[in-house]
Amino acid sequence: MNYNWNWHIFLEPNPMGTGTYLDLLLSGLVVTVKVSVLAWIIALVSGSVIGVLRTLPSKTASWIGFCWVEFFRNMPLLVQLFLWFFVLPELLPRSAGLWLKQLPNAPFWTAAIGVGLFMSARVAVQLQAGITSLPRGQKQASTALGLTTVQTYRYVLLPMAFRIILPPLTSEFLNTIKNSAVAITIGLIELTGQARSMQEFSFQVFEAFTAATVLYLLLNFVVVTAMRFLERYVAIPGYITGK
Amino acid sequence: MIEINHVNKWYGPAFQVLKDCTTSVAKGEVVVVCGPSGSGKSTLIKCVNALEPIQGGEIVLDGVKVNDPKTDLPKLRSRVGMVFQHFELFPHLRIIDNLRLAQEKVLGRKHDDATAKATKLLERVGLKDHARKYPAELSGGQQQRVAIARALAMDPIAMLFDEPTSALDPEMISEVLDVMVDLAREGMTMMVVTHEMGFANKVADRVIFMDRGEIVEDAKKADFFGTPRSDRAQKFLSKILQH
Repeated sequence: MNYNWNWHIFLEPNPMGTGTYLDLLLSGLVVTVKVSVLAWIIALVSGSVIGVLRTLPSKTASWIGFCWVEFFRNMPLLVQLFLWFFVLPELLPRSAGLWLKQLPNAPFWTAAIGVGLFMSARVAVQLQAGITSLPRGQKQASTALGLTTVQTYRYVLLPMAFRIILPPLTSEFLNTIKNSAVAITIGLIELTGQARSMQEFSFQVFEAFTAATVLYLLLNFVVVTAMRFLERYVAIPGYITGK
Repeated sequence: MIEINHVNKWYGPAFQVLKDCTTSVAKGEVVVVCGPSGSGKSTLIKCVNALEPIQGGEIVLDGVKVNDPKTDLPKLRSRVGMVFQHFELFPHLRIIDNLRLAQEKVLGRKHDDATAKATKLLERVGLKDHARKYPAELSGGQQQRVAIARALAMDPIAMLFDEPTSALDPEMISEVLDVMVDLAREGMTMMVVTHEMGFANKVADRVIFMDRGEIVEDAKKADFFGTPRSDRAQKFLSKILQH
Protein backbone atom coordinates (compact mmCIF):
# COMPACT_ATOMS: atom_id res chain seq x y z
CA MET A 1 0.00 0.00 0.00
CA ASN A 2 1.34 3.33 -1.01
CA TYR A 3 0.00 5.67 1.66
CA ASN A 4 1.63 8.63 3.33
CA TRP A 5 0.66 8.63 6.98
CA ASN A 6 0.47 12.12 8.39
CA TRP A 7 -0.84 12.40 11.92
CA HIS A 8 0.11 16.08 12.03
CA ILE A 9 -2.66 16.77 9.57
CA PHE A 10 -5.02 17.52 12.45
CA LEU A 11 -3.05 20.57 13.41
CA GLU A 12 -2.86 21.95 9.90
CA PRO A 13 -5.34 24.65 8.87
CA ASN A 14 -8.40 23.44 7.00
CA PRO A 15 -9.32 25.01 3.67
CA MET A 16 -12.60 26.40 5.03
CA GLY A 17 -10.62 28.86 7.10
CA THR A 18 -12.29 27.72 10.31
CA GLY A 19 -9.11 26.65 12.11
CA THR A 20 -7.39 23.31 11.95
CA TYR A 21 -8.67 19.98 10.65
CA LEU A 22 -9.21 18.97 14.28
CA ASP A 23 -11.50 21.98 14.66
CA LEU A 24 -13.35 20.76 11.60
CA LEU A 25 -13.94 17.34 13.15
CA LEU A 26 -14.87 18.84 16.51
CA SER A 27 -17.45 21.09 14.88
CA GLY A 28 -18.89 17.90 13.36
CA LEU A 29 -18.89 16.29 16.77
CA VAL A 30 -20.89 19.23 18.14
CA VAL A 31 -23.49 18.75 15.41
CA THR A 32 -23.62 15.01 16.15
CA VAL A 33 -24.16 15.71 19.85
CA LYS A 34 -26.85 18.29 19.17
CA VAL A 35 -28.77 16.20 16.69
CA SER A 36 -28.47 13.04 18.85
CA VAL A 37 -29.62 14.73 22.04
CA LEU A 38 -32.58 16.31 20.31
CA ALA A 39 -33.47 13.02 18.60
CA TRP A 40 -33.17 11.20 21.92
CA ILE A 41 -35.49 13.65 23.65
CA ILE A 42 -38.03 13.20 20.85
CA ALA A 43 -37.63 9.41 21.03
CA LEU A 44 -37.98 9.33 24.79
CA VAL A 45 -41.02 11.59 25.00
CA SER A 46 -43.01 10.19 22.08
CA GLY A 47 -41.82 6.64 22.74
CA SER A 48 -43.00 6.88 26.34
CA VAL A 49 -46.44 8.11 25.33
CA ILE A 50 -46.79 5.35 22.72
CA GLY A 51 -45.42 2.73 25.11
CA VAL A 52 -48.04 3.67 27.69
CA LEU A 53 -50.80 3.64 25.05
CA ARG A 54 -49.84 0.07 24.15
CA THR A 55 -50.47 -1.06 27.74
CA LEU A 56 -53.89 0.57 28.20
CA PRO A 57 -57.01 -1.60 28.08
CA SER A 58 -58.56 0.73 25.47
CA LYS A 59 -58.62 -0.83 21.98
CA THR A 60 -58.20 2.55 20.29
CA ALA A 61 -55.14 3.37 22.37
CA SER A 62 -53.37 0.11 21.66
CA TRP A 63 -54.30 0.37 17.98
CA ILE A 64 -52.68 3.82 17.76
CA GLY A 65 -49.63 2.43 19.55
CA PHE A 66 -49.50 -0.56 17.22
CA CYS A 67 -49.67 1.58 14.06
CA TRP A 68 -47.01 4.01 15.32
CA VAL A 69 -44.55 1.30 16.24
CA GLU A 70 -45.03 -0.77 13.10
CA PHE A 71 -44.77 2.31 10.87
CA PHE A 72 -41.50 3.54 12.33
CA ARG A 73 -39.74 0.26 12.95
CA ASN A 74 -40.49 -1.52 9.70
CA MET A 75 -38.79 0.92 7.34
CA PRO A 76 -35.06 1.46 7.05
CA LEU A 77 -33.94 4.65 8.75
CA LEU A 78 -32.40 5.81 5.48
CA VAL A 79 -35.72 5.52 3.68
CA GLN A 80 -37.47 7.37 6.49
CA LEU A 81 -35.06 10.29 6.31
CA PHE A 82 -35.52 10.44 2.51
CA LEU A 83 -39.27 10.40 3.03
CA TRP A 84 -39.23 13.33 5.44
CA PHE A 85 -36.61 15.28 3.53
CA PHE A 86 -37.40 14.72 -0.15
CA VAL A 87 -40.90 13.29 -0.40
CA LEU A 88 -42.89 15.08 2.32
CA PRO A 89 -42.38 18.61 0.89
CA GLU A 90 -43.68 17.38 -2.49
CA LEU A 91 -46.80 15.85 -0.95
CA LEU A 92 -47.75 18.98 0.95
CA PRO A 93 -49.57 21.91 -0.68
CA ARG A 94 -47.11 23.91 -2.77
CA SER A 95 -46.63 26.81 -0.36
CA ALA A 96 -46.16 24.58 2.67
CA GLY A 97 -43.71 22.41 0.77
CA LEU A 98 -41.74 25.44 -0.32
CA TRP A 99 -41.65 26.78 3.21
CA LEU A 100 -40.36 23.43 4.43
CA LYS A 101 -37.63 23.28 1.78
CA GLN A 102 -36.44 26.77 2.59
CA LEU A 103 -36.25 26.27 6.32
CA PRO A 104 -32.81 27.20 7.59
CA ASN A 105 -30.99 24.14 8.88
CA ALA A 106 -33.55 21.82 7.31
CA PRO A 107 -31.21 18.79 7.33
CA PHE A 108 -30.59 19.25 11.04
CA TRP A 109 -34.27 19.39 12.04
CA THR A 110 -35.22 16.61 9.64
CA ALA A 111 -32.47 14.39 11.01
CA ALA A 112 -33.39 15.08 14.65
CA ILE A 113 -37.07 14.42 14.08
CA GLY A 114 -36.52 11.51 11.68
CA VAL A 115 -34.03 9.68 13.88
CA GLY A 116 -36.13 10.58 16.95
CA LEU A 117 -39.30 9.05 15.53
CA PHE A 118 -37.42 6.00 14.30
CA MET A 119 -36.01 5.44 17.78
CA SER A 120 -39.34 6.22 19.46
CA ALA A 121 -40.74 2.91 18.19
CA ARG A 122 -37.95 1.07 19.97
CA VAL A 123 -38.37 3.06 23.19
CA ALA A 124 -42.12 2.38 23.07
CA VAL A 125 -41.67 -1.38 22.78
CA GLN A 126 -39.19 -1.44 25.63
CA LEU A 127 -41.33 0.67 27.91
CA GLN A 128 -44.28 -1.58 27.13
CA ALA A 129 -42.16 -4.58 28.09
CA GLY A 130 -41.09 -2.81 31.29
CA ILE A 131 -44.66 -2.00 32.29
CA THR A 132 -46.00 -5.46 31.54
CA SER A 133 -43.13 -7.04 33.48
CA LEU A 134 -44.46 -5.46 36.68
CA PRO A 135 -46.73 -7.67 38.80
CA ARG A 136 -50.39 -7.16 37.86
CA GLY A 137 -51.11 -6.48 41.52
CA GLN A 138 -49.18 -3.20 41.39
CA LYS A 139 -51.79 -1.61 39.15
CA GLN A 140 -54.58 -3.20 41.18
CA ALA A 141 -53.15 -1.96 44.47
CA SER A 142 -52.80 1.53 43.13
CA THR A 143 -56.28 1.48 41.63
CA ALA A 144 -57.73 0.10 44.87
CA LEU A 145 -56.25 3.07 46.74
CA GLY A 146 -58.31 5.36 44.53
CA LEU A 147 -55.55 6.62 42.25
CA THR A 148 -56.71 7.39 38.72
CA THR A 149 -55.14 5.69 35.71
CA VAL A 150 -52.93 8.73 35.05
CA GLN A 151 -51.81 8.82 38.70
CA THR A 152 -51.21 5.07 38.68
CA TYR A 153 -48.85 5.42 35.73
CA ARG A 154 -47.20 8.58 37.02
CA TYR A 155 -46.54 7.49 40.60
CA VAL A 156 -46.51 3.68 40.56
CA LEU A 157 -45.96 1.99 37.20
CA LEU A 158 -43.63 4.30 35.28
CA PRO A 159 -41.06 4.88 38.06
CA MET A 160 -40.53 1.12 38.28
CA ALA A 161 -40.81 0.41 34.55
CA PHE A 162 -38.17 3.01 33.68
CA ARG A 163 -35.81 1.65 36.31
CA ILE A 164 -36.18 -1.83 34.86
CA ILE A 165 -35.52 -0.74 31.27
CA LEU A 166 -32.66 1.62 32.06
CA PRO A 167 -29.91 -0.75 30.78
CA PRO A 168 -31.58 -1.36 27.38
CA LEU A 169 -32.42 2.35 27.17
CA THR A 170 -28.71 3.05 27.42
CA SER A 171 -28.21 0.92 24.31
CA GLU A 172 -30.94 2.83 22.54
CA PHE A 173 -29.30 6.15 23.39
CA LEU A 174 -26.06 4.83 21.89
CA ASN A 175 -27.96 3.64 18.83
CA THR A 176 -29.42 7.12 18.45
CA ILE A 177 -25.94 8.62 18.37
CA LYS A 178 -24.74 6.07 15.83
CA ASN A 179 -27.86 6.38 13.71
CA SER A 180 -27.38 10.15 13.48
CA ALA A 181 -24.57 9.40 11.00
CA VAL A 182 -27.23 8.43 8.45
CA ALA A 183 -28.13 12.12 8.32
CA ILE A 184 -25.09 12.65 6.09
CA THR A 185 -27.30 11.41 3.25
CA ILE A 186 -29.60 14.41 3.56
CA GLY A 187 -26.71 16.80 3.73
CA LEU A 188 -26.13 17.20 7.46
CA ILE A 189 -22.43 17.75 8.03
CA GLU A 190 -22.01 16.03 11.37
CA LEU A 191 -19.01 14.04 12.57
CA THR A 192 -19.04 11.47 9.77
CA GLY A 193 -19.70 14.26 7.27
CA GLN A 194 -16.74 16.31 8.50
CA ALA A 195 -14.51 13.23 8.42
CA ARG A 196 -15.46 12.80 4.79
CA SER A 197 -14.80 16.41 3.92
CA MET A 198 -11.44 16.18 5.69
CA GLN A 199 -10.66 13.15 3.56
CA GLU A 200 -11.62 14.98 0.41
CA PHE A 201 -9.55 18.07 1.20
CA SER A 202 -6.48 16.37 2.66
CA PHE A 203 -6.55 12.86 1.16
CA GLN A 204 -5.69 11.54 4.65
CA VAL A 205 -8.61 9.11 4.72
CA PHE A 206 -7.30 6.81 7.44
CA GLU A 207 -6.42 9.61 9.84
CA ALA A 208 -9.77 11.28 9.28
CA PHE A 209 -11.82 8.20 10.00
CA THR A 210 -9.58 7.00 12.83
CA ALA A 211 -10.21 10.33 14.53
CA ALA A 212 -13.94 10.10 13.86
CA THR A 213 -13.98 6.57 15.30
CA VAL A 214 -12.18 7.71 18.43
CA LEU A 215 -14.55 10.64 18.85
CA TYR A 216 -17.60 8.37 18.51
CA LEU A 217 -16.08 5.97 21.04
CA LEU A 218 -15.39 8.80 23.48
CA LEU A 219 -18.87 10.20 23.09
CA ASN A 220 -20.48 6.82 23.69
CA PHE A 221 -18.19 6.18 26.63
CA VAL A 222 -19.42 9.41 28.21
CA VAL A 223 -23.03 8.31 27.69
CA VAL A 224 -22.40 4.83 29.10
CA THR A 225 -20.68 6.26 32.16
CA ALA A 226 -23.43 8.80 32.75
CA MET A 227 -26.11 6.12 32.48
CA ARG A 228 -24.19 3.91 34.94
CA PHE A 229 -24.29 6.76 37.42
CA LEU A 230 -27.98 7.27 36.78
CA GLU A 231 -28.64 3.55 37.31
CA ARG A 232 -26.80 3.63 40.60
CA TYR A 233 -28.55 6.85 41.63
CA VAL A 234 -32.06 5.47 41.12
CA ALA A 235 -31.32 1.96 42.43
CA ILE A 236 -33.68 0.86 45.19
CA PRO A 237 -32.09 -0.47 48.39
CA GLY A 238 -32.75 -4.18 48.84
CA TYR A 239 -34.52 -4.48 45.50
CA ILE A 240 -33.00 -6.87 42.99
CA THR A 241 -33.96 -5.83 39.49
CA GLY A 242 -35.39 -8.61 37.41
CA LYS A 243 -37.26 -9.99 40.41
CA MET B 1 -72.57 -1.90 53.98
CA ILE B 2 -71.73 -4.28 51.10
CA GLU B 3 -74.63 -5.71 49.09
CA ILE B 4 -73.90 -8.35 46.48
CA ASN B 5 -77.01 -9.22 44.48
CA HIS B 6 -77.18 -11.97 41.86
CA VAL B 7 -73.70 -11.26 40.56
CA ASN B 8 -72.63 -13.08 37.40
CA LYS B 9 -69.22 -12.84 35.83
CA TRP B 10 -67.63 -14.51 32.84
CA TYR B 11 -64.04 -14.72 31.65
CA GLY B 12 -64.51 -14.84 27.90
CA PRO B 13 -67.71 -16.20 26.41
CA ALA B 14 -67.52 -19.69 27.87
CA PHE B 15 -66.10 -19.62 31.38
CA GLN B 16 -68.39 -18.40 34.14
CA VAL B 17 -66.39 -17.53 37.27
CA LEU B 18 -69.25 -16.22 39.38
CA LYS B 19 -72.71 -17.75 39.26
CA ASP B 20 -75.58 -15.80 40.73
CA CYS B 21 -73.72 -14.82 43.90
CA THR B 22 -75.81 -13.08 46.53
CA THR B 23 -74.66 -12.05 49.98
CA SER B 24 -74.10 -9.00 52.11
CA VAL B 25 -71.81 -7.64 54.77
CA ALA B 26 -73.36 -5.43 57.43
CA LYS B 27 -71.60 -2.53 59.10
CA GLY B 28 -69.12 -3.83 61.66
CA GLU B 29 -69.49 -7.39 60.46
CA VAL B 30 -66.55 -9.68 59.72
CA VAL B 31 -67.24 -12.15 56.92
CA VAL B 32 -64.75 -14.83 55.96
CA VAL B 33 -64.90 -16.22 52.44
CA CYS B 34 -63.32 -19.64 51.95
CA GLY B 35 -63.34 -22.40 49.41
CA PRO B 36 -60.99 -24.41 47.19
CA SER B 37 -58.74 -22.61 44.72
CA GLY B 38 -60.50 -21.60 41.55
CA SER B 39 -63.80 -21.27 43.36
CA GLY B 40 -64.06 -17.55 42.57
CA LYS B 41 -63.57 -16.16 46.06
CA SER B 42 -60.76 -13.77 45.11
CA THR B 43 -62.68 -12.72 42.04
CA LEU B 44 -65.76 -11.99 44.13
CA ILE B 45 -63.86 -9.76 46.54
CA LYS B 46 -62.21 -7.90 43.65
CA CYS B 47 -65.63 -7.19 42.19
CA VAL B 48 -66.62 -5.35 45.36
CA ASN B 49 -64.34 -2.39 44.56
CA ALA B 50 -64.66 -2.94 40.80
CA LEU B 51 -61.11 -4.11 40.24
CA GLU B 52 -62.92 -6.76 38.21
CA PRO B 53 -66.02 -5.84 36.18
CA ILE B 54 -69.19 -7.90 36.49
CA GLN B 55 -71.56 -8.79 33.69
CA GLY B 56 -74.74 -9.37 35.63
CA GLY B 57 -76.37 -8.40 38.90
CA GLU B 58 -75.34 -5.48 41.09
CA ILE B 59 -72.99 -4.60 43.91
CA VAL B 60 -73.88 -1.76 46.24
CA LEU B 61 -71.30 -0.27 48.55
CA ASP B 62 -72.53 2.05 51.30
CA GLY B 63 -75.53 2.99 49.13
CA VAL B 64 -73.47 3.54 45.95
CA LYS B 65 -73.93 1.15 43.04
CA VAL B 66 -70.47 -0.07 42.07
CA ASN B 67 -71.33 -1.30 38.58
CA ASP B 68 -72.98 1.93 37.49
CA PRO B 69 -71.05 3.72 34.71
CA LYS B 70 -71.83 7.03 36.41
CA THR B 71 -70.15 6.04 39.67
CA ASP B 72 -66.92 7.87 40.46
CA LEU B 73 -64.89 4.68 40.91
CA PRO B 74 -61.59 6.20 42.16
CA LYS B 75 -63.53 8.04 44.86
CA LEU B 76 -65.47 4.94 45.81
CA ARG B 77 -62.33 2.79 45.89
CA SER B 78 -60.52 5.27 48.09
CA ARG B 79 -63.15 4.59 50.75
CA VAL B 80 -62.54 0.84 50.79
CA GLY B 81 -59.24 -0.59 51.92
CA MET B 82 -57.80 -3.59 50.14
CA VAL B 83 -54.98 -5.93 51.14
CA PHE B 84 -53.47 -8.29 48.58
CA GLN B 85 -51.90 -11.71 48.74
CA HIS B 86 -48.54 -10.41 47.52
CA PHE B 87 -48.64 -7.15 49.56
CA GLU B 88 -48.14 -4.97 46.47
CA LEU B 89 -46.25 -2.24 48.25
CA PHE B 90 -44.71 0.21 45.81
CA PRO B 91 -41.05 -0.89 45.76
CA HIS B 92 -39.54 2.46 44.75
CA LEU B 93 -41.14 4.35 47.65
CA ARG B 94 -40.05 4.34 51.27
CA ILE B 95 -42.53 2.80 53.71
CA ILE B 96 -43.67 6.23 54.87
CA ASP B 97 -44.21 7.32 51.25
CA ASN B 98 -46.19 4.17 50.52
CA LEU B 99 -48.56 5.34 53.25
CA ARG B 100 -48.56 8.97 52.15
CA LEU B 101 -49.00 8.64 48.39
CA ALA B 102 -52.75 8.06 48.17
CA GLN B 103 -53.51 10.25 51.18
CA GLU B 104 -51.97 13.19 49.36
CA LYS B 105 -52.85 12.40 45.75
CA VAL B 106 -56.35 11.03 46.28
CA LEU B 107 -57.64 12.59 49.49
CA GLY B 108 -55.66 15.80 49.04
CA ARG B 109 -54.32 15.71 52.59
CA LYS B 110 -51.49 18.05 53.48
CA HIS B 111 -48.03 16.51 53.65
CA ASP B 112 -47.73 16.98 57.40
CA ASP B 113 -51.18 15.55 58.09
CA ALA B 114 -50.44 12.55 55.88
CA THR B 115 -47.13 12.04 57.67
CA ALA B 116 -48.77 12.20 61.09
CA LYS B 117 -51.44 9.73 60.04
CA ALA B 118 -48.87 7.39 58.49
CA THR B 119 -46.63 7.50 61.54
CA LYS B 120 -49.54 6.75 63.84
CA LEU B 121 -50.56 3.74 61.79
CA LEU B 122 -47.00 2.43 61.49
CA GLU B 123 -46.77 2.62 65.26
CA ARG B 124 -50.00 0.70 65.50
CA VAL B 125 -48.71 -2.18 63.36
CA GLY B 126 -45.39 -2.07 65.23
CA LEU B 127 -43.23 -0.75 62.39
CA LYS B 128 -42.57 2.83 63.29
CA ASP B 129 -38.80 2.33 63.19
CA HIS B 130 -38.99 1.10 59.61
CA ALA B 131 -40.62 4.23 58.16
CA ARG B 132 -37.54 5.28 56.18
CA LYS B 133 -36.84 1.83 54.74
CA TYR B 134 -37.85 0.46 51.36
CA PRO B 135 -40.30 -2.46 51.06
CA ALA B 136 -37.62 -4.89 49.85
CA GLU B 137 -35.77 -4.36 53.14
CA LEU B 138 -38.68 -5.76 55.16
CA SER B 139 -39.83 -9.32 55.76
CA GLY B 140 -43.05 -10.59 54.19
CA GLY B 141 -44.97 -10.28 57.43
CA GLN B 142 -43.73 -6.74 57.93
CA GLN B 143 -44.61 -5.82 54.36
CA GLN B 144 -48.13 -7.12 54.79
CA ARG B 145 -48.56 -5.12 58.00
CA VAL B 146 -47.40 -2.04 56.09
CA ALA B 147 -49.96 -2.87 53.39
CA ILE B 148 -52.70 -2.99 56.03
CA ALA B 149 -51.52 0.32 57.46
CA ARG B 150 -51.48 1.81 53.95
CA ALA B 151 -55.11 0.81 53.46
CA LEU B 152 -56.09 2.12 56.90
CA ALA B 153 -54.46 5.47 56.18
CA MET B 154 -57.36 6.23 53.86
CA ASP B 155 -59.84 5.92 56.78
CA PRO B 156 -61.78 3.20 54.97
CA ILE B 157 -65.41 2.36 55.76
CA ALA B 158 -64.62 -1.31 55.06
CA MET B 159 -61.59 -3.51 54.47
CA LEU B 160 -61.20 -6.24 51.88
CA PHE B 161 -58.52 -8.89 52.40
CA ASP B 162 -57.56 -11.16 49.52
CA GLU B 163 -55.69 -14.13 51.02
CA PRO B 164 -53.51 -11.85 53.15
CA THR B 165 -51.44 -14.65 54.67
CA SER B 166 -51.16 -17.11 51.78
CA ALA B 167 -47.77 -15.85 50.64
CA LEU B 168 -46.26 -15.78 54.12
CA ASP B 169 -43.98 -18.14 56.01
CA PRO B 170 -45.83 -19.83 58.89
CA GLU B 171 -44.08 -17.82 61.58
CA MET B 172 -45.12 -14.54 59.96
CA ILE B 173 -48.76 -15.43 59.59
CA SER B 174 -49.61 -14.75 63.20
CA GLU B 175 -48.14 -11.23 63.25
CA VAL B 176 -50.44 -10.32 60.35
CA LEU B 177 -53.46 -12.11 61.82
CA ASP B 178 -52.92 -10.31 65.13
CA VAL B 179 -53.32 -6.98 63.37
CA MET B 180 -56.45 -8.22 61.62
CA VAL B 181 -57.96 -9.57 64.84
CA ASP B 182 -57.43 -6.20 66.52
CA LEU B 183 -59.05 -4.51 63.59
CA ALA B 184 -62.05 -6.85 63.71
CA ARG B 185 -62.48 -6.30 67.44
CA GLU B 186 -62.49 -2.54 66.92
CA GLY B 187 -65.57 -2.98 64.77
CA MET B 188 -64.10 -2.62 61.28
CA THR B 189 -66.32 -4.00 58.52
CA MET B 190 -64.26 -6.74 56.94
CA MET B 191 -64.55 -9.19 54.08
CA VAL B 192 -61.69 -11.67 54.26
CA VAL B 193 -60.76 -14.33 51.74
CA THR B 194 -58.63 -16.78 53.70
CA HIS B 195 -57.92 -20.38 54.56
CA GLU B 196 -57.09 -19.46 58.14
CA MET B 197 -59.95 -21.20 59.89
CA GLY B 198 -58.47 -20.28 63.25
CA PHE B 199 -58.94 -16.63 62.34
CA ALA B 200 -62.47 -17.32 61.13
CA ASN B 201 -63.27 -19.12 64.34
CA LYS B 202 -61.90 -16.29 66.42
CA VAL B 203 -63.43 -13.18 64.89
CA ALA B 204 -65.73 -13.97 62.00
CA ASP B 205 -69.44 -13.31 62.32
CA ARG B 206 -70.28 -15.26 59.19
CA VAL B 207 -68.50 -17.68 56.92
CA ILE B 208 -69.18 -17.97 53.20
CA PHE B 209 -68.12 -21.13 51.42
CA MET B 210 -67.68 -20.94 47.66
CA ASP B 211 -67.21 -23.68 45.10
CA ARG B 212 -67.02 -23.39 41.31
CA GLY B 213 -68.25 -19.82 41.29
CA GLU B 214 -71.23 -20.41 43.53
CA ILE B 215 -71.90 -19.43 47.11
CA VAL B 216 -72.61 -22.88 48.49
CA GLU B 217 -72.91 -21.94 52.10
CA ASP B 218 -73.47 -18.60 53.85
CA ALA B 219 -73.89 -19.18 57.55
CA LYS B 220 -73.24 -17.82 61.01
CA LYS B 221 -69.85 -18.93 62.25
CA ALA B 222 -71.21 -21.36 64.83
CA ASP B 223 -73.49 -22.98 62.29
CA PHE B 224 -70.74 -23.24 59.71
CA PHE B 225 -68.24 -24.94 61.97
CA GLY B 226 -70.91 -26.90 63.81
CA THR B 227 -73.16 -28.26 61.13
CA PRO B 228 -72.28 -27.22 57.60
CA ARG B 229 -75.18 -28.17 55.43
CA SER B 230 -73.51 -28.95 52.13
CA ASP B 231 -71.42 -32.06 51.54
CA ARG B 232 -68.89 -29.97 49.69
CA ALA B 233 -68.31 -27.65 52.66
CA GLN B 234 -68.12 -30.59 55.03
CA LYS B 235 -65.45 -32.24 52.88
CA PHE B 236 -63.52 -28.98 52.58
CA LEU B 237 -63.61 -28.42 56.32
CA SER B 238 -62.58 -31.95 57.17
CA LYS B 239 -59.62 -31.62 54.82
CA ILE B 240 -58.27 -28.34 56.08
CA LEU B 241 -58.98 -29.04 59.75
CA GLN B 242 -57.42 -32.49 59.54
CA HIS B 243 -53.95 -31.44 60.68
